[in-house]
Amino acid sequence: MSLHATHRDAGQVTVVDLSGRIVLGDGSALLRKTIRGLLEDQRKLILLNLADVDYIDSSGIGELVSGYTAVKNQSGDLKLLHLTKKVRDLLQITKLYTVFDVFTDEGTALRSFV
Amino acid sequence: MSSDTKHLEMTLETQVESVNLAEEMCLRVAEAAGFGEDDCYRIGMSVREGVINAFHYGNEERRDKKIHLAVDLTADKMIIHVLDEGAGFKLSDVPDPLAEENLLSTSGRGIFLMRAFMDEFTVVSGRTGGAEIVMSKKLPAPGSASPNGQGGKSATPQQEV
Repeated sequence: MSLHATHRDAGQVTVVDLSGRIVLGDGSALLRKTIRGLLEDQRKLILLNLADVDYIDSSGIGELVSGYTAVKNQSGDLKLLHLTKKVRDLLQITKLYTVFDVFTDEGTALRSFV
Repeated sequence: MSSDTKHLEMTLETQVESVNLAEEMCLRVAEAAGFGEDDCYRIGMSVREGVINAFHYGNEERRDKKIHLAVDLTADKMIIHVLDEGAGFKLSDVPDPLAEENLLSTSGRGIFLMRAFMDEFTVVSGRTGGAEIVMSKKLPAPGSASPNGQGGKSATPQQEV
């Protein structure tokens, strides 16, 4: 299943709803393009909704980290919402769970950007 | 090779599509061998990472080089070989992705994931002169395979957060 991405504005925050697999190839490329596009539009507060992402490989992890770094470098913030069990486990064993701010509730996540 | 061992091999092009192809093939073998869902996920991910490693680091994305994938199904385990046509590498030279200074690296987690998800993992010098990843997972005991596969390592790795 390829990756799909749509985004919506919630005040200053842009919520990116992702579904599918973030893996080497089109999935990682789409995530990169989406985040870079938002930064070009000066949307620097980004919440990635991963509720429908059930698979990420090392390329996808690399792209998440790359996006996080790019946003931080522009004084923005990138946070994660609704991790599936597989994705949460993956972020835990790679110690990235301690790097990203992770939320299970969208309202709480949006308020955290303030 | 024992007569009980089932052997399957394929030569893959050095291209992104080979990663999915290898994953799908090994998943079919794993499912047929009786692995549960969680173990199939770990095997599939490890195959992906092995082929990504061969594609990107071993063969340096050169289309004139091949990736050689082989699967042996013995009486007690599934063994996967991924061989590239690169210059080879030493495991001891691979940076630790969990080190503080590497946490925000955008690459370098594939070897770590294969080690975490498989029961045995090593890298040897292959017949091509390139690196050959050899990794295996013990077959579930007869009748023990469940939909969420509880054999082998824990589904949720223990990790401080």
